[in-house]
Amino acid sequence: MTDKPILTVENLTIDIPTGTGTLHAVRGIGFDLKPGETLGIVGESGSGKSLTSLALMGLLGRSIKTRATTMEFDGVDLLSASARAMRKLRGARMAMIFQEPMTSLNPAYTIGDQLMEAMTLHGNASKADARKRAIDLLQKVGITSAESRMTQYPHQLSGGLRQRVMIAMALMCGPDLIIADEPTTALDVTIQAQILRLLVDLQKEFGMAMILITHDLGVVARVADKVAVMYAGELVETGPTQAIFDAPSHPYTRGLLRCIPLPGKTERGTELGTIPGIVPSLVGDVSGCAFRTRCAHATPACRDAIPVHTAPGVRHSFRCISPTGFAEADDTPQSVEASV
Amino acid sequence: MTMTNLDQTVDPLLQEIVGPTPGQRLRGRVFGHMGLLIGVGVLGVLLFIAIFAPLLAPHDPYAQALMSRMKPPVFLGGTWEHPLGTDHLGRDYLSRLIYGARVSLMIGVIAATISGVIGTAMGVAAGYFGGRVDTVVTFLINVRLAMPVVLVALAVVAVMGGSLQVVIVVLGLLLWDRFAVVMRASTLQVRRRDYVTAARAIGASTPRIIWSEIMPNIANNLIVVVTLEMAHAILLEAVLSFLGLGVQPPTPSWGLMVSEGKNMMLFEPWLVMIPGAVLFVLVLAINLMGDGLRDVTAPEDRS
Amino acid sequence: MTDTPVLELRNVTKTYKIKQGLFGTPKPLTAVNDVTLKLNKGDVLGLVGESGCGKSTLAKVLLGLEAPTSGEVLVDGKALGGQDRLALARRIQPIFQDPYSSLNPRKRIQDIIALPLRVHGVGNEASREKAVREILDVVGLPARVLTNYPSQMSGGQRQRVAIARALVMKPEIVICDEPTSALDVSVQSQILNLLGDLRREFGLTYLFISHNLAVVEHLATEVAVMYLGRIVEKTTVANLFDAPRHPYSQALLKSVLTPDPSMDVPETHLGMAYPNPIDPPSGCYFHPRCPAATKLCETRAPRAVQDAKGLVECHLHDEDVAMTTA
Repeated sequence: MTDKPILTVENLTIDIPTGTGTLHAVRGIGFDLKPGETLGIVGESGSGKSLTSLALMGLLGRSIKTRATTMEFDGVDLLSASARAMRKLRGARMAMIFQEPMTSLNPAYTIGDQLMEAMTLHGNASKADARKRAIDLLQKVGITSAESRMTQYPHQLSGGLRQRVMIAMALMCGPDLIIADEPTTALDVTIQAQILRLLVDLQKEFGMAMILITHDLGVVARVADKVAVMYAGELVETGPTQAIFDAPSHPYTRGLLRCIPLPGKTERGTELGTIPGIVPSLVGDVSGCAFRTRCAHATPACRDAIPVHTAPGVRHSFRCISPTGFAEADDTPQSVEASV
Repeated sequence: MTMTNLDQTVDPLLQEIVGPTPGQRLRGRVFGHMGLLIGVGVLGVLLFIAIFAPLLAPHDPYAQALMSRMKPPVFLGGTWEHPLGTDHLGRDYLSRLIYGARVSLMIGVIAATISGVIGTAMGVAAGYFGGRVDTVVTFLINVRLAMPVVLVALAVVAVMGGSLQVVIVVLGLLLWDRFAVVMRASTLQVRRRDYVTAARAIGASTPRIIWSEIMPNIANNLIVVVTLEMAHAILLEAVLSFLGLGVQPPTPSWGLMVSEGKNMMLFEPWLVMIPGAVLFVLVLAINLMGDGLRDVTAPEDRS
Repeated sequence: MTDTPVLELRNVTKTYKIKQGLFGTPKPLTAVNDVTLKLNKGDVLGLVGESGCGKSTLAKVLLGLEAPTSGEVLVDGKALGGQDRLALARRIQPIFQDPYSSLNPRKRIQDIIALPLRVHGVGNEASREKAVREILDVVGLPARVLTNYPSQMSGGQRQRVAIARALVMKPEIVICDEPTSALDVSVQSQILNLLGDLRREFGLTYLFISHNLAVVEHLATEVAVMYLGRIVEKTTVANLFDAPRHPYSQALLKSVLTPDPSMDVPETHLGMAYPNPIDPPSGCYFHPRCPAATKLCETRAPRAVQDAKGLVECHLHDEDVAMTTA
């Protein structure tokens, strides 16, 4: 593992034009990733986490405006790269795994055809090589009787198997970066554990960097080396996984952790913590802290620029007007109207 | 919202996000859809002409004037007495065209209504009840699709004799297949939604579920098929009349006008082109409206 | 608490006929296989298991939407077959997973919530409106949403509307089918809290179907673990989460990813031999995936053992089997 990041993102902004104004879906986020490292991006729906991954892959539509100070993958500027250069990167060096394997596999082609296409399309690999690698990888992702699976169609496989095929497909060209967008959300718990286990093992074996996008704090805690908590298009807290879970500093991160029952910690049947309110609209001018509408500690100062503070732990930082993130105060909302 | 100590009147983020009602959204979409507006506009004008035909037509469409036959329209050197000229019996072409709009629209509306009722009933029943009902309906649809419409219509009209009423009924009884197919598919889709299951769990009766849970959610597809079939019926009437087995002379029908003009087509092409053009415009307007309605009534996404 | 369980299933089996191909003979698929369950008033029975294990079919049978192939469902000791659908609907109501699919997009919120009252002919227009306003307040929604359409509301608000619709007839039993899994984390906890409050306030009994074991542990009082149509373990929350007995329950618990960064992704030792429900394995249905399977498990189906620690269907916990093999 080198110390040089393979992916660097600084000040990434994504604006989507809508009928009623510009939707500022992602606002000035930045992170970097070294080979072999796993970054977990956690956020709720509408936080911009999936848009971020699509922007990295160059898969956003033309009408969507993507800007960044830096967005570099192994020395290639992803923003200025030609469509051709991006196609070469995608699949060959950066691969993506989606949430719903059924919609990302083409129902009209066999598993084998789709796996081999991923390689013959990019590389100079012969069909025979591609076939050999496809079978190898299917075995690697734990699929038994891989030879016969090659001739099957996606609908003949269960959800867990399809996700394994997706992983094998992502690995065909030996990518350096894998972006997994909610890879296990559609799966059962036992299969989720198996698939995550597989991803982690393969990542170690091939030394790939991985971005894991999820809403599930449990998944992030177990898999990621570092975490970026995203809220309404901003990174509100970033840092090593252990540090974030030990000392969550942003009120939103703390709120999220209180919302889920923690087996062994939360007393059964008691009230769970809540975050009142809803995610604000990001259409039009957005300034200050986007979480202020739901934060128990909000003050008028939250409407101004928000400084970034360093929290306990290496490279652990968060965005809040309070240098402690109000960690000492009571997070209980003053009064709650059910607006969710 | 009372939960924060922010001054909420000035904070833009605190404004509650309440989107438009479906009605408002529909209005917004309708007025942003050029094709729909053009279709509705043209159709409105034709409808106006059909309704007020007696007031608008300069002459009696049936009045023959053998002394002034085949007068050319104004743009080919004719006079304003007969702006679109006269036909081979000296009848005013514009007046016949105006009254012909009545025939076309009446056929379109009534035939589409008859077939709509038949097809929707069959399709919704098949989609909702499934099982044997579905098997029977699917079989009937297939039988119907195996019949060539024009030949069957020709045969029936040949036996029953051609008249406006017969043509309307025959077309109405023949054109229900698309209604049945589309309504069956839409019903199948909607009946799987949880709100239908919820209504069943509440104990709502089947007619109630079909009427208030299913129909409102498939109505948009129904409207689109209605427009398609209206256009279809209008064209078929023209075909039947052209072949001499539809509306009988001297009724002014656009198809009949094309038919009567065809003998002189090489010498006086306008006799065929004028009714052909309005037929084209009418069908185009109906299809534009149908496409537009499909676009603006498409179900909202989750955002 | 009375002795008669408010809801009871006796040997309920639901079999579907699945046609394979155009000319294939239909094969039976046993979605629910000989399930016996009791719910006492105020219980929250968590029903857990993989997708396709028969959880949702069981819910449909309980709601009277599907008739069981055999066995009976009893409400207050009376067989469900004997009750008419309206009477049943007053007592058992569902809450669905996806609040985007469970509300008719063409209706206003007031009409959605009032539908049960209208169907059952309760009161007049004025008293119905009052009841709708009351229940709206109970689920924590302001009265101004009454004239909204579902598309104008957030996922959490929609789920509150769905809960209001289920509760407006004051049922005793609510079948919650994954009520929070389509919602954001920060909204989930509010809905869970609301469900807990409503249970205490109205003395409701829940059948809580979920794949999220942490949520089940938090909310339920009893848990039933389902595998391929059978209840393989049923016991109290404390027993199941502190000392699961069936190997499948153990694997399920092991798969729960608590947000603890010091732990790795667990190894479940389950294998991938997920069985085809049309053609279930011989013997114990779980044996192809079971890390503790023996020769016996391949041939003989385990019987249900009921003891002080609950019910479990596994040879490992059957004393007679232990003695014969020892």
